[in-house]
Amino acid sequence: MPNFIMSYLDSRAALTPGSAGSQFWALIYVLIIFAGVSVAVICMNWLERKALAHFQVRLGPMRVGPHGLLQPIADAIKLMLKEDIIPAEADQFVFWVAPLIGLLAAFTVYTVIPFGPSQAVSDMNIGILFMLGVSSLGVLGIVVAGWASNSHYPLIGALRSSAQMVSYEVAMGLAVVSAILMTSLNTNGTDGTLSMIGIVQAQQQQHIWFIFKLFPLGFIAFAIFAIAMVAETNRAPFDLAEAESELTAGFHTEYSGLRWSLFMLAEYAAMIAVSSIAVTLWLGGWMRPFPNLLHAPAWEFIFSLFPGLTFAGLAAIAFIGTARMSSHSFFKIQRIGLAVFAALLGFIALLLLVIAVVGRSADAGVAAQVAAPFAARFRDGIDHVYWFVLKVAVFMYMFIWYRATWPRYRFDQLMKIGWKVMLPISLGVLILTAIVGMKFS
Amino acid sequence: MNPGMYSALNSAVTAANGGMAPVATPWFFYALAALAVVSGVLVITRRNAVHSALALIVTLLSVAGLYLMLYAPFVAGVQIIVYAGGIMVLFLFVIMLVNIDRSSKDRRFNRIWPVGLTAACALMALFVSAIMKGQSVLNDPTTGKPRWPDPLHLPESMNTQQIANALYGEAGKMGQYTFAFEIASLLLLVAILGAVIMTKKKI
Repeated sequence: MPNFIMSYLDSRAALTPGSAGSQFWALIYVLIIFAGVSVAVICMNWLERKALAHFQVRLGPMRVGPHGLLQPIADAIKLMLKEDIIPAEADQFVFWVAPLIGLLAAFTVYTVIPFGPSQAVSDMNIGILFMLGVSSLGVLGIVVAGWASNSHYPLIGALRSSAQMVSYEVAMGLAVVSAILMTSLNTNGTDGTLSMIGIVQAQQQQHIWFIFKLFPLGFIAFAIFAIAMVAETNRAPFDLAEAESELTAGFHTEYSGLRWSLFMLAEYAAMIAVSSIAVTLWLGGWMRPFPNLLHAPAWEFIFSLFPGLTFAGLAAIAFIGTARMSSHSFFKIQRIGLAVFAALLGFIALLLLVIAVVGRSADAGVAAQVAAPFAARFRDGIDHVYWFVLKVAVFMYMFIWYRATWPRYRFDQLMKIGWKVMLPISLGVLILTAIVGMKFS
Repeated sequence: MNPGMYSALNSAVTAANGGMAPVATPWFFYALAALAVVSGVLVITRRNAVHSALALIVTLLSVAGLYLMLYAPFVAGVQIIVYAGGIMVLFLFVIMLVNIDRSSKDRRFNRIWPVGLTAACALMALFVSAIMKGQSVLNDPTTGKPRWPDPLHLPESMNTQQIANALYGEAGKMGQYTFAFEIASLLLLVAILGAVIMTKKKI
């Protein structure tokens, strides 16, 4: 077998491709992440429309595909075919480059997001600093887009958004610092770290998620971050930059077609990115629940079945949907489509379960066939990615939930919360964490 | 991750690869330097202030890339957060509120240009002398070896710790720059208070 494939089993493969110096795997990871994030954004788009509709006692998209499953594809085709308008008085070059700035900033941060101990493109030793820095560049795209449109609503939207993002970055940064401080609060004398993988490993070594550490300090810092990240991504209830009742559509009023969809893509990619920061810093990253308490081989096996069982559950939902669909001939194609989709999900579930079972035999040293070590490596990788993605998915659902639940803030209220409530609390939490942490030194 | 673990990893990688070559080749340096210079020139030649600001952001980012090449990742990260992400957003914020149409018609070369030229020449002379004398300052004249450990052979993860040790001091000792650092932060605090008092008559 070619070397670069066998190198997957190499002991060095426990490193990220960045630190192992393997360009081939780095490229593969980049492609997987790019495709994965794009698919996640598409799924999120459908889920948001569906969930919002159900929150508001509507059905949401129902026409394109069964339960509107193909709606995102229809949307994407519509956006690509739409006329791409650049206003006559706009600054052509800046108008053109603004969505790209946002998109670049949103996607670049994914190089350091740790989906697993080796499932990241690279493990920078300034990981979290890099993430905060690059994601703060995203605001430039918004500011510049609002200015280049040469129109009133976009300009006001851009001003609001930049003021909001700059103010919430402060509280967010302080909350992050208190989590970084916790990485050094251990009894075995290791130093703290800024590396994203190192932060999760610190939680592993200390046997605690940082959200529960020094209770309630870790929890308050997490809550500050969870609020600030909604403001950072300009989502409801902090979506003043695009408050449609006041500003039409805010900073992207003048954008249409593909360029507008780039803004949407950047917004959702940034949402996933900040959620993964929260998961990495406070919720144990890729770790499954209770890795220290329930570590008997039987528990390991049970937890390794989770990804397969999740897909089996999704397949079951799809099958039930197929069975419940009207048997009228009008729905024939939709029924077949949904059945095929359910079968596909079921196949993935079967594959994951087989990998888990074969991997277990490799652990026990029973099977001598060549596939077993591969299956064990795959199973570990899938487990890590599964738990990480599951935690991020909870946050993504919360974003929808917030949007459906809370009314939008007024701008002065937003600023008051940012500077007079969140900033002092996060500063206090940081100081208290440092004081309480003195007992570890 | 603790440094011990890191050096173990690094040595494992080095042993397996037959010596780890730096990923950043000279081409990265030339590309980044060219980008910094070209966008730096654009900053002063563009008529439109927003275009200048965007070019300045490119300059700052490529300088951050140069820091990364010098194995100073912490400085690079701070450069991105503070300059590109923080200060430039405020710059753009202000520029957007200025009437560009009028300001772009203003004459750009007014009577203070000789002052600017003198300052630029002085800075240039400083840089040239620093490069010329660099050999004797950075290398020990008796042995000809560098005074400091070669950054290329330090574990990359040490950079942040080195800065922390210089600013805050290692276990119990006062750092080399602790006093200067605290004075600087006091100065910044005074500046913040001054700005608040000047803008807000009633708090």
